[in-house]
Amino acid sequence: MLTIAETSFSSRLFLGTGKFASSKIMEQAISASGTEMVTVALRRVDLSNPNDDIMSVIDPRKYTFLPNTSGARNSDEAIRLARLARAASGNRWLKLEVTPDPRTLLPDPVETLVATEKLVKEGFIVLPYMNADPILALRLQDAGAAAVMPLGSPIGTNQGILTAFQIEIIIEQAGVPVVVDAGIGAPSHAAQAMEMGADAVLVNTAIAIARDPIAMAGAFAKAVEAGRTAYEAGMGAKSTNAQASSPLQGISEDLSFL
Amino acid sequence: MPDFFSWQNQLERCSESDVMHALECAKPGIGELSALLSPAADRFLPQLAARSRDLTLQRFGRTTQLYAPVYLSNFCTNRCVYCGFSATNKIDRKALTLDEAEKEAEILYRRGFRHILLVSGESDAIIDVSYLENLAKRLCSRFASLSIEVQPLSTEAYRRLFAAGITAVAVYQETYDRELYKELHPAGKKRDYDFRLDTPDRAAAVGMREIGIGALLGLSNWRAEGMALGYHLNSLRRRFWQTNFSVSFPRLRPAAGAFAPLTEVNLKNLSQLIFALRIFDPDVGLIVSTREEAAFRDGMLGLGPTRYSAGSSTAPGGYGNPELNGEQFSVGDHRSLPEMAAVIRSKGFDPVCKDWDASFQESTLS
Repeated sequence: MLTIAETSFSSRLFLGTGKFASSKIMEQAISASGTEMVTVALRRVDLSNPNDDIMSVIDPRKYTFLPNTSGARNSDEAIRLARLARAASGNRWLKLEVTPDPRTLLPDPVETLVATEKLVKEGFIVLPYMNADPILALRLQDAGAAAVMPLGSPIGTNQGILTAFQIEIIIEQAGVPVVVDAGIGAPSHAAQAMEMGADAVLVNTAIAIARDPIAMAGAFAKAVEAGRTAYEAGMGAKSTNAQASSPLQGISEDLSFL
Repeated sequence: MPDFFSWQNQLERCSESDVMHALECAKPGIGELSALLSPAADRFLPQLAARSRDLTLQRFGRTTQLYAPVYLSNFCTNRCVYCGFSATNKIDRKALTLDEAEKEAEILYRRGFRHILLVSGESDAIIDVSYLENLAKRLCSRFASLSIEVQPLSTEAYRRLFAAGITAVAVYQETYDRELYKELHPAGKKRDYDFRLDTPDRAAAVGMREIGIGALLGLSNWRAEGMALGYHLNSLRRRFWQTNFSVSFPRLRPAAGAFAPLTEVNLKNLSQLIFALRIFDPDVGLIVSTREEAAFRDGMLGLGPTRYSAGSSTAPGGYGNPELNGEQFSVGDHRSLPEMAAVIRSKGFDPVCKDWDASFQESTLS
């Protein structure tokens, strides 16, 4: 069971809602994934309209709604969006995205930290999207982030976990849940993140653009579960060389003092 | 902190295959630590030593730090049944004046020490925050680092001491066994288990560069103490990621009061505990003091520990006057700094006397 900000989730797969061919397919994919956390771009929805295409399929009794600030170029814009979202929906959850470069959509670490500090003080439950920088993860955690969301590779690239080395450090150090976000293009990538010890993964493009998004959502659900089970079962360390099961060269002599 | 006895149950359940997995695991957690400390791991001591040796070499290189304690006072308001300083023991009591304490430190400085640990019995009326603050201000320009091992203090007190030049705080829980703790500390402020347990948090919160924790071995089940130490260390690391941590492994030594250890912790047990904690946390400083005897300390060089005390006296004023009584416990290794350094060099290691600089704290001090 995953807990973020005192809310428990039995599914460790979070879903994004962009790029689907229709709201109906999105709804079916969400359902097939078993997710309990759905993120929506604030710029895409009309929060005050219950008949909004996207909002109408996110049942607040079934899903935690995680509005995101995608499109914000700095902390001021993100904070403004967040306040508007809370005023319209009463929801304190927020996926903070500050991406000033529209070409790479890479997150701005300085502005993300500034916005996190301010929004936490205002009572938001902030889950910041971030580059896979271990020190930044700790700084965000200290600022009160409820989880951190490092990228596996740039948004929408489907390149998988190119930042594995740094995500491993983030996971090892983190005092808050780590959700691997962005770049996860295949169920095997999601499984890899979970095997590494990530608490959850957030997937959007890989499911939304699949030939059969509903089947793909199911495949991701299984991959996330398999990866988590493997992590909990405990995997051995990798090695480049063959290792004797008892690497004891000289050690018995070293212990003769005992 | 989970119940002490739950650790014991967890340890008993570990199998040899759990131990083999823990030895191969890339990032051991509490589950792996329990396997490494379990009775099932006893016969794997050489494997634990090899892994601990490799990790220590990788993370610390071929170096061993050296330090010495300065005992400031043996007055104590507590009645810890195992301690030579206990208020109930009839020993010569002495508290150094600031001048006397400075003189003791000066002797260590001339002997080559640049890291010193200021130690006292727990008596607020004798060694208070102002005393430590004034002493730190007198010493901080000469010593690379000043650590304290005194009574648990408030956050505000630690803030003052950090500003005065204290770099590190050591506080040992003695035993993480809450029930036994009550029995062993029948009177005095030390009875408050939770206040003591939270002391590292208060010290780390003000920016202390290093926090030392430990359990006194010989009181309760050493394997479960190891689990609690690992858990405590891990939880501190999660919250204070800018702080360095160290762990000491004091075994009960003969002392006034003639307290007999409640459990045996032999040298193999002690080694297993050190190796397991190294494998669990490759970056933690591991300290073996002069409580232990020379043969053991020499043998452990390079296998896990990273810091040794040397040439220690545990009596207030004991460096200027070696004939003084009133020591906390009898020392097991009497070798001087040059003698210890020679042994370290002979093993292919570098004895490091300075590994910090007060200028790091200048912005705080100014």
